Amino acid sequence: MKPEKLPGKEPRPVFNESGIEVKPLYTAADIEASGGTNMIGLPGEYPFARGIHPTMYRKQPWTMRQYTGFGNPADTNERFHYLIANGQTGLNVAFDLPTQCGLDSDDPQAEGEIGRVGMAVDTLRDFEIAFDGIDLEAITVSLTINGAAAILIAMYLAMAEKRGYDLAKLRGTAQNDILKEFIGRGTWVYPVEPSIRLVGDTIEYCARHAPKYSPVSVCGYHIRESGADPAQEMAYAFCIAKAYADDAIRRGLPVDEFAGRLSFNFNCFGNLFEQVAKFRAGRSLWAKIMKEQYGATKPGSMWMRMIAGGGGGGLTFEQPELNIVRGAYYALICALAGTQTMALCCYDEAYTIPSEYAQRISLRTMQLLIEEMGLTDTVDPLGGSYYVETLTNQMRDRIEQVMAEVDAQGGIVKLVAEGAIQARVSAQAYQRQRAIEDGSFRKVGVNCYRTEEKPPEMEFHPYREEDARAQIQSLERVRAGRDAGRVQAALARVQADARSGTNLMPAIMEAVKSYASVGEITGVLVGVFGRYREPVRF
Amino acid sequence: MTAGKRVKVVLAKPGLDGHDQGAKVVARAMMDAGFEVIYTGLRQTPEAIARIALDEDADVIALSSMAGSHLPICRKLKPLLEQAGLSDRLWVIGGNLPAQDHDALRALGFKGIFPSSSRLEDIVDFIRANVP
Repeated sequence: MKPEKLPGKEPRPVFNESGIEVKPLYTAADIEASGGTNMIGLPGEYPFARGIHPTMYRKQPWTMRQYTGFGNPADTNERFHYLIANGQTGLNVAFDLPTQCGLDSDDPQAEGEIGRVGMAVDTLRDFEIAFDGIDLEAITVSLTINGAAAILIAMYLAMAEKRGYDLAKLRGTAQNDILKEFIGRGTWVYPVEPSIRLVGDTIEYCARHAPKYSPVSVCGYHIRESGADPAQEMAYAFCIAKAYADDAIRRGLPVDEFAGRLSFNFNCFGNLFEQVAKFRAGRSLWAKIMKEQYGATKPGSMWMRMIAGGGGGGLTFEQPELNIVRGAYYALICALAGTQTMALCCYDEAYTIPSEYAQRISLRTMQLLIEEMGLTDTVDPLGGSYYVETLTNQMRDRIEQVMAEVDAQGGIVKLVAEGAIQARVSAQAYQRQRAIEDGSFRKVGVNCYRTEEKPPEMEFHPYREEDARAQIQSLERVRAGRDAGRVQAALARVQADARSGTNLMPAIMEAVKSYASVGEITGVLVGVFGRYREPVRF
Repeated sequence: MTAGKRVKVVLAKPGLDGHDQGAKVVARAMMDAGFEVIYTGLRQTPEAIARIALDEDADVIALSSMAGSHLPICRKLKPLLEQAGLSDRLWVIGGNLPAQDHDALRALGFKGIFPSSSRLEDIVDFIRANVP
């Protein structure tokens, strides 16, 4: 929109979503006034605002890792091979809701949901099928799993071990950020405290046995989708990451032994400059927190490594082709921001599980930036811009301010347990929806430049009841063929260790190796920990 | 409905779907419109939804479904609402509901269908116009 220029008056003020006023022009004086240049530094050097590595994409472009999974493990395996054949360099696995909630496919609550929004997983057998023929050293795998994360991490490690990989060298990531599930996304199982303990168990176990595996990817992403502004997105994610770090420290783990494997997952929709500044600000702030508050000494412990992308909240149901264009800008934002890994929501995602065609377009969008647009030629190309540096300083201040507010109100764990963060972001989501409907917050195709054309035909992802039945039969076959005594002994150990406070991962590893199912292991843990009771506040 | 009586809505998240941003936004819009809203929270079974709707004597039973399992859920819920004597109440559903499923949802008794991109005002107006 052109600024409205009235005779003799300044253009009307513009604020970004984080509440920072944007001036019509920036000069070196603005950088000075916002705090100067001492938090910029060089890429690969503290405080890493310009990037965590000295050469960034000159050495290697970001990892391309589209979120994928549906139906049975065999269906998903086929799509994985398709994406790898098309140049994808990592896998990002989507699980169905029963798996995410710790239920087996034959649980009555799973009916109608098996394999619907992701791949169904009941036992280790399913992981063996899903990753068949995939070289786990050449392709890194990210598991989008939270409530059932400890079990699925154990399955992944057990599967890799069985195939002869050395756990000491195995890379990969699990989302495993349960605190944000209480704010948005909702695949919690246990109450807050034992849920944090389970995250701590995975951090401790991986630090000792799979030191290159990233057991947690702290997500601002879903908090933003739930209604947070970009500064809150990053602030709440950092508060959550600190809660996990504090738990690890309480266990006696030295910070440099685990902090290097913490990673982040952020959203990218909205104002381009605000997002780029958010990421640059976040990088330097996280480095400062780890160094000054936690005494980290290894550079890797101070790195805000991230997957950035998605952008689902910015996509529209109206004129869905525009989502291809939005996706291209989102990818540009993430590349300008120096992300380690990128995933993009597909243009058909407001309608259905993305088709192969839509996924290929997203993948090609990223490849275009690498091959044609020069985004990998130089590090932090917006660094030094008067505007971007000023905004980076201002975003860092704003993120710190939100973090200080959380601490003053009793800390993130308390605020999440009470539902206070949920209530805050949900109120903002409502205001945003009202602003879209009254036209004060512009969305192209929604409240301006609408068309009355019929939307294009979408290819809907098919859901096949027979696949769900096949998954249940497969689970029954695994149950019939396993050593029942070994399963019972393994589950008894899970129960004992849950009660005694021993790190649960060795017991869960033994349970998954005995082909105990996700639902059986979760059932034992629920017996000890109980279930989360959602504070319904909005 | 009787003049002056507040419209009472039970708004439920059925199944395992955890996407509640939309449901909470709609709940606020309904409250601002003067309705009394009982929001169930996540992971409600059809049995629980029917029980809450009966206990609360809801005028409107509203579902929010984002993860594609709306048809199996509504098929299970319909007989339960009928057994509870709630056939005369207004049943509505919103969320990620492909156009190809709308006839089936209508046939299951869901009079108001609000797919993604529906306006809050339209949802509120529909309920006002159709509440028994």
